Amino acid sequence: MAATATLARVLRARFTPLIVLAALMVLVPVLAPSSFHLRVAALVWIFALAALGLTILMGYAGQVSLGHAGFVGIGAYAVAIGPARLGLDPLLCLVLGAVLAGAIAYGVGRPILKLKGYYLAIATLGFGVIVALVLHSEAEITGGPDGMAVSRLSLFGWRVTGALNWYWVTSGALLIGALLALNIAASPTGRALRALHDSEVAAAGTGIDVGAKKLAAFVVAAVYGAVAGGLLAAMNGLITPEAARFSHSIELVAMVIIGGLGSVFGTVVGAAFLVVLPQMLTALQEYEQAVLGLLIMVFMIFLPQGIVPSIRAYFLERLP
Amino acid sequence: MSEFLQLVFSGLTVGAIYALIALGFTLIYNASDVINFAQGDFVMIGGMATVFLMSAGLALPVAAFIAVVASVGVGLLLHRLAIEPARGASPVTLIMITIGASIFIKGVAQIVFDKQFHSLPAFSGDTPIPVGGATLLPQSLWVLGTTLGLVVALYLFLEHTLSGKALLATAANRLAARLVGINVTLILAMAFGLSAAIGALAGVVATPITLTRYDIGTLFALKGFAAAMLGGMGNPVGAVVGGLLIGLLETFGAGYVSSTYKDAVAFLMILFVLFFLPRGLFGGRSVERV
Repeated sequence: MAATATLARVLRARFTPLIVLAALMVLVPVLAPSSFHLRVAALVWIFALAALGLTILMGYAGQVSLGHAGFVGIGAYAVAIGPARLGLDPLLCLVLGAVLAGAIAYGVGRPILKLKGYYLAIATLGFGVIVALVLHSEAEITGGPDGMAVSRLSLFGWRVTGALNWYWVTSGALLIGALLALNIAASPTGRALRALHDSEVAAAGTGIDVGAKKLAAFVVAAVYGAVAGGLLAAMNGLITPEAARFSHSIELVAMVIIGGLGSVFGTVVGAAFLVVLPQMLTALQEYEQAVLGLLIMVFMIFLPQGIVPSIRAYFLERLP
Repeated sequence: MSEFLQLVFSGLTVGAIYALIALGFTLIYNASDVINFAQGDFVMIGGMATVFLMSAGLALPVAAFIAVVASVGVGLLLHRLAIEPARGASPVTLIMITIGASIFIKGVAQIVFDKQFHSLPAFSGDTPIPVGGATLLPQSLWVLGTTLGLVVALYLFLEHTLSGKALLATAANRLAARLVGINVTLILAMAFGLSAAIGALAGVVATPITLTRYDIGTLFALKGFAAAMLGGMGNPVGAVVGGLLIGLLETFGAGYVSSTYKDAVAFLMILFVLFFLPRGLFGGRSVERV
């Protein structure tokens, strides 16, 4: 009896997702030490970091974005262009990319966050398409459709190379991102975001500055996307406009929803689902895409709340 | 002047295709509140199936008819196997299901068909018709005529048949529709079937101009969604006007601004319109209740 009560308390505790995530991060290199597996795991952490931005924007604040990959592209190209064209330090460019993405989100967000629902979706989609087009077309700066090489990242004199080192760097970035996301959820801002998610009129009635809070969530989401994009570019050593394309925005939204909208750990599970699954399905060759689409449908039909909240609810219902 | 007229012709042709896709979005959205991201894939099925049936020796009308029927079948299956079992799920979950369906349809299409670009011969030859210094391709007339025909047929169906009125009633208020004895599930299935038919027909007439491939649906879904939103989601007139406008914006953007940035021109205009009319051109005023 005491054991089940403890389990229920653990499931409800705020930092449980963070501890489980950290444990997973330590376990992966032990269970799957090949550089291929570590590289796939690092990709999962990077995409989870990008999707965490959407968890805050969509899951907490209830604002849809179909252009999130645009911010990933901005962050990625900041890390690519800064060192190559301006001779700046890559780490500085990662920070500058995040600042730039935040500033653009602030400028773009002010007018478009007045839109609601699907109208916001089409406006953010348009923003993403325009970013992807610019990256695609300004070949003199961005290298055009072939993309450009990215110089190595060094953290305070330590040059990050090799799959294992990148695995730890991306793990650290995701842990910090997840901690911040959990803290935002528990902060007054997080409560305000959830209030305006339920009803903007009611939230405004209780004294919440709805416009400012939505804008804050949009800017934070953009910074998450840009940092993830910068890490992606630096790890791969190459970046193409594909990073900002529309279908990539859709993938990021899919991660958030499949894992469980608004759940931090669910976002990581969703990212793992959409990064690892295609790798496993390559064995099926031409059936890969069909099976991927089928699995997405099956999961959404049978676990409509997303994987993590559905499992959590299953256990909580059966515990005291 | 002749250049202007030429751009109008090609803009209206592309716009008519977008308008048909936007109409498909509108029908399903009205009946079920779902944005069906597999809408563009119906266009692909219409085009690809016609291409492959014709290369198997069938005449164009027969091939096109079978392609449309096949697409309707896919639409009904999508509703029966994927949307109906998830009844009561949130709109984002339902949209995710249609995105999964879109990936699935593309995956199956590259096995059933192939991964190459295909085209159809123009229905009435390639001799351009001179009009006021510009030229009009006969296939453009086919596209415009089909769009006009479908819009009129859809209007007559919705306003003058019992099934059409049941669909409108379901769109207005699903619970009330159920209370007066309308079989809402059947109406939803009908909306998916109709959307699939409209999409497939658009694919058949558009393929000689746009070409087709297993993954062409993504682009069409994006443009059709944009058109539906520009017009005001849920409004059939808005969908048609939005589609034509996006076609014209794109073509004029390509002609007078830059061909690489034609999509940017179209989307900047959408942002501009939504800034002043946040519910699209025909969306009406926004009202929120607590």
